[in-house]
Amino acid sequence: MKHLLSIHDISADQALDILDTAAQLETLTAGAVKKLPTLRGRTVVNLFFEDSTRTRLSFESAAKRLSADVTNFTAKGSSVSKGESLKDTAQTLQAMGADAIVIRHPASGAANRLAESGWVGASIINAGDGTHEHPTQALLDAFTIRKHFGPSMRDFSTLNIAIVGDILHSRVARSNIALLQKLGARVTVIAPPTLIPVGIESWGAPFSYDFDEELDQFDVVMMLRVQLERMNESFFPNGREYSRGYGLDEARLARLKPGAIVMHPGPMNRGLEISAASADSIRSVVVEQVSNGVLVRMAVLYQLLGGPDLQGAGGAL
Amino acid sequence: MSLVLDSGEINRALKRISHEIVERNHGVNSLVLMGIPTRGRFIAERLREIIATIEGPVACGTLDITMHRDDHRLRAPRVLVETVMPHGGIEGKDVVLVDDVLFSGRTIRAALDALGELGRPNSVQLAVLVDRGHRELPIRADFVGKNIPTSIKEQVKVYLTEHDDKDLVEIVTVQE
Repeated sequence: MKHLLSIHDISADQALDILDTAAQLETLTAGAVKKLPTLRGRTVVNLFFEDSTRTRLSFESAAKRLSADVTNFTAKGSSVSKGESLKDTAQTLQAMGADAIVIRHPASGAANRLAESGWVGASIINAGDGTHEHPTQALLDAFTIRKHFGPSMRDFSTLNIAIVGDILHSRVARSNIALLQKLGARVTVIAPPTLIPVGIESWGAPFSYDFDEELDQFDVVMMLRVQLERMNESFFPNGREYSRGYGLDEARLARLKPGAIVMHPGPMNRGLEISAASADSIRSVVVEQVSNGVLVRMAVLYQLLGGPDLQGAGGAL
Repeated sequence: MSLVLDSGEINRALKRISHEIVERNHGVNSLVLMGIPTRGRFIAERLREIIATIEGPVACGTLDITMHRDDHRLRAPRVLVETVMPHGGIEGKDVVLVDDVLFSGRTIRAALDALGELGRPNSVQLAVLVDRGHRELPIRADFVGKNIPTSIKEQVKVYLTEHDDKDLVEIVTVQE
């Protein structure tokens, strides 16, 4: 495996290998010493053209726990604001000897472009590109689900999972639906009609406009952030109306099946898609998702950089 | 191809090693066995059973060394194996690392690093079923089932019932 660009590029077995590796890494880093020497001498560059807290911090700690050197790049305060192109930025990183580039970009397909253009020889990890994909988020969500419903589960077919909210703008939803279906789970997409993308039929997931209908049937309820920064027109009349129809409030929380968990990729709009009480309830695994993110990203970095140099080998996977 | 140890000989070697371990450590009070996957794990488990009959119960764990290897840049990433902490941990214990074949010593170097990350044992000793020579690091075994002088072109193969459906140690010559 050379790059991680999209969930569609990896098989169920490859995904499960990453989850297994993450689980072993958890025992290995549970002791007093949290650092492993495996990627000593490797350089990981975080190339972030879009704001992020969790993902950047998570990749940074993952790389550091494997003893790689980390360089952080954010578009704000760099030559990008002077008009430097992605190509020139990438070639600068190449000249500095990056072994892996973790890229977040507002344009869908930016990670693919970087991997296939031949500008750089490094492994490319997609940390979110526009409204396309966010593969490591899906992997960490699957890891979190597995911890709650069976740590060595290789088949998710007993699980009924709802993904609720702003599907239209959500790369998290796209990656999650692809991965969870690959692993065998039943995934239902729930959103107001304006936030359901055109052509959703081709995703192979049933969708509904009614959150309450099957609410007591789900094992996992994954709430998505309403991405106000990507909305330049009105997709719903106002926040209160959205909350009433699609927010996870206390009343809905109480109706969840016993043992069901509530997930959110963060950052949360408390009071909009999720109420504060739901976000802080015992069913919520939001904080756990963050710590699992570090483990899963360590596993991905290990799988991509743990082997011989692939510089110049080219080709995705 | 030549046979080095058969099933009976493997058993006798492990029994002798068990007695030596107990004798050297004056009993089993602070003793911990740590097997190195794949086959060291099964040998450690066998030593635990034998020591239980001759002296008393002893804690036994598994130590995965993958993340501490020095050959990451030479081969594809390996799948990690489970690390099992022994009951009572390793802090202040006398740890006996157990492996099947002692060769270059690089595995044991990695194991010492991996162990250091789990805690600080009082002492670390090494038990192996076969010592085949050709050390590349200043490392030696405390307990050896059998010393087998080999040529660098030969390979020592260990088969254990738990993993390979038979108990056998043999030498094969690798064809270039």
